Amino acid sequence: MTISGVALLSICTLLGVLLGDLLGVALGVKANVGGVGIAMMFLIAARLWLVRRGLLSSGLKTGVEFWGSFYIPIVVAMAAQQNVVAAAKGGPIVIIAGIGAVVVCFAMVALIGRLSGPVETMDEIEAREAEELAAPVLGLKSGRIG
Amino acid sequence: MNMISHILAANSLLTAFAAVGILMWISGAISKYFTFGRIHGSAIAITLGLALAFFGGVATGGEKGVADLPALAGIGLMGGAMLRDFAIVATAFEVDVVHARKAGVIGAVALGLGTVVPFVLGVLVAVAFGYTDAISLTTIGAGAVTYIVGPVTGAAIGASSPVIALSIATGVFKAVIVMIGTPFVAKMIGLNNPRSAMVFGGLMGTVSGVSGGLAATDRRLVPYGALTATFHTGLGCLVAPSLLYFAVRAITGN
Repeated sequence: MTISGVALLSICTLLGVLLGDLLGVALGVKANVGGVGIAMMFLIAARLWLVRRGLLSSGLKTGVEFWGSFYIPIVVAMAAQQNVVAAAKGGPIVIIAGIGAVVVCFAMVALIGRLSGPVETMDEIEAREAEELAAPVLGLKSGRIG
Repeated sequence: MNMISHILAANSLLTAFAAVGILMWISGAISKYFTFGRIHGSAIAITLGLALAFFGGVATGGEKGVADLPALAGIGLMGGAMLRDFAIVATAFEVDVVHARKAGVIGAVALGLGTVVPFVLGVLVAVAFGYTDAISLTTIGAGAVTYIVGPVTGAAIGASSPVIALSIATGVFKAVIVMIGTPFVAKMIGLNNPRSAMVFGGLMGTVSGVSGGLAATDRRLVPYGALTATFHTGLGCLVAPSLLYFAVRAITGN
């Protein structure tokens, strides 16, 4: 059922946000500490559990994946409601600090990537996985199913 | 005419779906026919969204971009924190645990650097613009981390309202540059695999900037970047008003 996917996603999100708030209170900060990240880990764990039990139905997948695919339009809506006028009014200090922080961080992403050696790109991962699917595999990778 | 605007306002979320859909459709066409696919449609859509937010803000004098127009109030719900978090969490369904685990330590390193480096830079810029007191310096530095860390820090240590506004503006501007700039530098900084996406998320921080930028670069990288970026604001809110503030105060002496 599609609703079970949406419900699973809602439960994971609510639990994550709740724990993030509690963590914030425990640490004495007025913010949600890693709530969305905690929720993502719940969802990853739930998916692993469901796959292992053979309970991952296509309806459940639809319920979660629909919202995942809705992500970019939501980001566009988010951009359309930012206080861009205030940001533009901030003047040179805003522009210099903003651009400076971004440029330095971009450079560090490149640096860390180079220092830690080559890895498979997203395209290579997908190509390899497609090959693995095409070739008949005897032992099931993910352990017992069903 | 009156009837149309009444229907649009009464079904605000549906109006928002339609408006964003049309905006994305136009952006896709611009991407295809004007940039020949070089600039991704979603990057154009996000930029157009920001431009509309600017005109919406000028027209209404409000703080929420186009969402302050009654007919487009649904944009506020669609792009608000609730649905944003909901959709980000949903992308975790595609996360490959094996790849995420490989980037664990490096992601943590990126998170630490992503908090301290922008903070120091923000403080230095504030010093260059004549600020000398530890509270203002810390608040502006925290704004360079994210636009949430800035005001949270400012409120915690008692900064003045203009300084807090400045720190929000710095954070928003940073998020905007990350959104627009990421697709252009993606190739140069090797942003084509899950591990670099997690490093990117940890360093850049702003969930909106990271997810928008990665969405415009390669949709498949969004969950990896969001996974580390989501801890960034929490970490910033934790260390900026405490450790980093004490460090700045120790240096300035007041």
